[in-house]
Amino acid sequence: MSGNLFGYMPHGNIHEDKKIAKTTVIRRVLRQEKRYLPLIILSLLLAVSSVVFTLLVPIRIGNAIDLITEGVFDRALVNRLVFAALFALLAALSQYGMNLINNHVVYHTVREIRNTAFSRLQRFPLSYIDSHPQGDLVSRLTADTEQFADGLLMGFTQLFTGIVTIIGTLLFMFSMNVSIALIVVLLTPLSLFVARYIAGHTYDMFRLQSMERGEQVALVDEMMTNEKTVKAYGKEEDVIRRFDEINTRLQSSSLRALFFSSLTNPSTRFVNNIVYALVACVGAIAVFSGNSAIFGALSIGVLSAFLSYANQYMKPFNEITSVVTELQNAIVCAARVFEVIDDQTFETETDEPAKLPAIEGAVELKDVDFSYDKTKELIRHLNVSVRPGMKVAIVGPTGCGKTTLINLLMRFYETDAGKILLDGQETDRFRLNDVRSAYGMVLQDTWLFAGTIRENILFGKPDATDEEIRAAAMESHAHSFIRRLPNGYDTYIGEDGEMLSQGQKQLLCITRLMLNKPPMLILDEATSSIDTRTEMRIQSAFHALMEGKTTFIVAHRLSTIRDADLILVMRDGSIIEQGTHETLMEQNGFYAQLYRSA
Amino acid sequence: MRELFKYLKDYKKECILSPAFKALEAGFELLVPLVIARMIDKGIPDQDGSFIIRCGFFLAILAFVGFACAILAQYFAAKAAVGLSTNLRHDLFSKLMHLSFSKIDEVGSSTMITRLTSDVNSVQAGVNMILRLFLRSPYIVIGATIMAFLIDTRSALLFVLLIFVLALIVAVLAYSNISLLLIAQQKLDKITEAIRENLSGTRVIRAFCRQEEQTGSFQDKNHALFLAQKKAGVRTALLNPITYIVINLFIVQLIRIGAIQVGNGTLTAGSVVALYNYMSQILLELVKFANLLITVNKAFSGWKRITDILHMKETGTVTEEAVPDPAADLIVFDHVSLKYHEDADEVLSDIDLVIKEGETVGIIGGTGAGKTSLAHLIAGFYRPTAGQVRILGRETKEYKPEQLTDMIGIAMQKPVLFQGTIADNLKWGREEAKDPELMEAVRMACCENVLEEHGGLQAVVNQGGRNYSGGQRQRLCIARALVKKPKVLILDDSFSALDYMTDRKLRSNLSTLSERPTIIMISQRTVSIQDCDHIIVLDDGRMVGHGTHEELLQTCDVYAEIYRSQGSMSETEGGVAS
Repeated sequence: MSGNLFGYMPHGNIHEDKKIAKTTVIRRVLRQEKRYLPLIILSLLLAVSSVVFTLLVPIRIGNAIDLITEGVFDRALVNRLVFAALFALLAALSQYGMNLINNHVVYHTVREIRNTAFSRLQRFPLSYIDSHPQGDLVSRLTADTEQFADGLLMGFTQLFTGIVTIIGTLLFMFSMNVSIALIVVLLTPLSLFVARYIAGHTYDMFRLQSMERGEQVALVDEMMTNEKTVKAYGKEEDVIRRFDEINTRLQSSSLRALFFSSLTNPSTRFVNNIVYALVACVGAIAVFSGNSAIFGALSIGVLSAFLSYANQYMKPFNEITSVVTELQNAIVCAARVFEVIDDQTFETETDEPAKLPAIEGAVELKDVDFSYDKTKELIRHLNVSVRPGMKVAIVGPTGCGKTTLINLLMRFYETDAGKILLDGQETDRFRLNDVRSAYGMVLQDTWLFAGTIRENILFGKPDATDEEIRAAAMESHAHSFIRRLPNGYDTYIGEDGEMLSQGQKQLLCITRLMLNKPPMLILDEATSSIDTRTEMRIQSAFHALMEGKTTFIVAHRLSTIRDADLILVMRDGSIIEQGTHETLMEQNGFYAQLYRSA
Repeated sequence: MRELFKYLKDYKKECILSPAFKALEAGFELLVPLVIARMIDKGIPDQDGSFIIRCGFFLAILAFVGFACAILAQYFAAKAAVGLSTNLRHDLFSKLMHLSFSKIDEVGSSTMITRLTSDVNSVQAGVNMILRLFLRSPYIVIGATIMAFLIDTRSALLFVLLIFVLALIVAVLAYSNISLLLIAQQKLDKITEAIRENLSGTRVIRAFCRQEEQTGSFQDKNHALFLAQKKAGVRTALLNPITYIVINLFIVQLIRIGAIQVGNGTLTAGSVVALYNYMSQILLELVKFANLLITVNKAFSGWKRITDILHMKETGTVTEEAVPDPAADLIVFDHVSLKYHEDADEVLSDIDLVIKEGETVGIIGGTGAGKTSLAHLIAGFYRPTAGQVRILGRETKEYKPEQLTDMIGIAMQKPVLFQGTIADNLKWGREEAKDPELMEAVRMACCENVLEEHGGLQAVVNQGGRNYSGGQRQRLCIARALVKKPKVLILDDSFSALDYMTDRKLRSNLSTLSERPTIIMISQRTVSIQDCDHIIVLDDGRMVGHGTHEELLQTCDVYAEIYRSQGSMSETEGGVAS
């Protein structure tokens, strides 16, 4: 995590705690979908037509059955059947149209949101990116976006269709026979009640199950990442025993969760079947009782339509129950997505930033104050003056503010007070990108992307020719190892250069800079993970790069910066000593102490 | 597939009972339209209220018995599915624990975790679904058809045709859709990768001012995903409307045929209603069935990924203990080469080496020189691709893994502690070790102050040992290796986080150990190994120097270069290095 590396860890995720009111989110969603409003309305209309036609089919078929019982087999019967088929066709077409429109809206929305979010990410200040866990941002842009669009839009139309179906069925039933309709209406909520009851009780079981699952994954993770140690001590069986112990607990909690949650369907089906039986009974009696006061008139065909409704009436209820959970979830996701794309804290530039002229490389920090966490002071009254071409080393214990200085020079973070001058001019007058281009930067944690070696080198200067790339790689001593890779410069390296060693990655990053030759340099030195011989090579590459350029080096090994023109010794956010190696050793202060204990 | 049955063998009873009860439930459901037909054909014309009420009671009983059957079916299905997944997890995990490192490297440990978790879960869900619902649908469909045959053969033929047509539609759509969904999934992976990469590289991207290009290439990838999803979506959107139309057309046809037969007097109106009901039931089941296909398909691919691991073959597992030859040299490398992948470069090439009992041997070289690989060959983690590694006259591959583990103690480059207490961790070395023995190892490994700081042997160790610093972990890992009292002690760059004082003290402690092991010390610092009996210099997988410190300074350029590159350090250390 870069956040960690740069000395600033967030105090939990502030955005996470902020509960956004549901209505606000829904209003925001509506704003997002404004363009699609006509389409959404069309989709809803299609939903209505699909429901109406679906409900009309059993009626027409009921009519046909009535004709059959009455012994009528002429055109009227065929007529009814043709209508039934026609209605079925219209219902299907409406449904298909609705599906297509929904797909269109969902996928377009997801694409838009992702594109917006991604371009926002490019403009957010580093403080934003450092303070948000990377995994969290990734899941907001992928899973949450998908879930939001899918869940909200699909869920919404499903909910709508469900409600229309229920209302439609009710209307049709009441228009056919009031008392039987009442039976259905009064009894069906029973099954909803049962479903709710079961869901409430399974929640705890699911929680227990996922806790135990988490425990098991933690064990597997720990043991898999350290399997060499496990094997070196022959502890496989012990570990498996521990695994099994959790596995047995997981088995019983899973069984309970799975079983109880699977009772929902049979239970609602049971209630439904009882309703069906009642409708059949009452309906049948109504048919032969004629036009009685209690039951009203009923034909066999209408009874058959009723039975078919009674069968289907439960479905939307079941669906609505599951859709509601999905919608809740979608709203949470939407809130998380909009938190990213509605965040307006962009990197600031002055209204009309000037183009940075060709620079000589004089850098001055005047009375700079800065801290990540505004309640904790970090850098106070920092003053540094660097002449063009100087080699400046920054040293000090971990957390003293070395990398913070880089963050300020690169304008990854802006100062709280004071000025940073470039060739005597305040940097914030200039375009952000110009200031950044003025520096070439090699960081301790190298960054390569999934692509070929060539593509990675070209990142610094996309229009460079093959000869230039080669020349740069020669200069940085990267050529010799690149040549030995299976496909040379066209070797594909995975995400973050998985197949390369730390030293090789660093050499590639240096090659990038060799190619685009920036006027000033910032180098965060290699860590101890690189052996000294490779480091010597890297050092000589660095030397070639630094030739005549103002260079800032964050030094971890003091032996490498003895020849620096200026050594800044930092401690707790301020520069406590500055000078050359010799003068500092003479002073016999903190630097000398550090140097001796290296 | 046969293997899946093997796993279900313990749950044979459940696997039979669950579908059996499902079948019963379906059977009771299939009786319903018949009862309704009786009500229409007998109850209504006879105006027999009590008959109809009896029918109604019968329906209620059917519902109740069906409900009871369903509960039992659900229970047995859940029991079998959970039992299966529990056994599967156990087998998978023990397979993983016993897999050789070359195999583990081949697969990668993050996908192993996915297989153990989400793949096993989807198999569990799949089996549960198959037992519960997947079989229910065919029961209903076939049952409804049989019922139709009982009522009227001509109409029943329509059912057969319907089933055939629907099966075809579902199969074609589901099949073509699965591949489209897979493509969309791959595109989504690309998107995730792009976002992750962009976030971790923010500083570099901004330093080079490449935000615009990044956005551009992201939008391209996003568009590709969009197209793939849309294509899959259009296909999915077809399924329900098409099946709906087809069924309804068949229903219309059914009633038309029925009408003619009622006219002929060969069929009753109630029977037509019953046939109609059966066909509607098929419609409901089919919709469910199509949705299930996705779950089952996922389960299949999960199962395949799991069996890929379970079927992994190890080359020659050793079952018998090898008898070491005490007279032979302790460790011999005989023209040893090692590759981690068949088409990769050699990480070690043609190494010849003899280490005698009681020696202290240093191994030095740059990153990627092959030092750790050499140590891992001794520990038997990997087998040489060419040549032989022999310990006491026998090849490492002849020994049972336990034999090697008993002989060799190793402190890894990455110091690893496990959740528990310090004592728990140290006892990995030897389960039955007593506290005084543990404390002796602690003293030897210079970590008394670690124990003091954290609160003794019972001090808590968090996951990954994160509450200890790198140097503390290194020393505790050395202590753990010492508890074992091994014949060979390998210290793989175990001093890198230690200051020079502690480094020196530890080395002198090691030389005073009562049962002194043969020590193989890997380091990047010449200071740490210069007192060794002999030193091996590795460069790019080759042995470029072998001898004492003084000899190597004269004869080995690489060694001399390393020594010089660290010169300034030893210089500043004052007397320590000399």
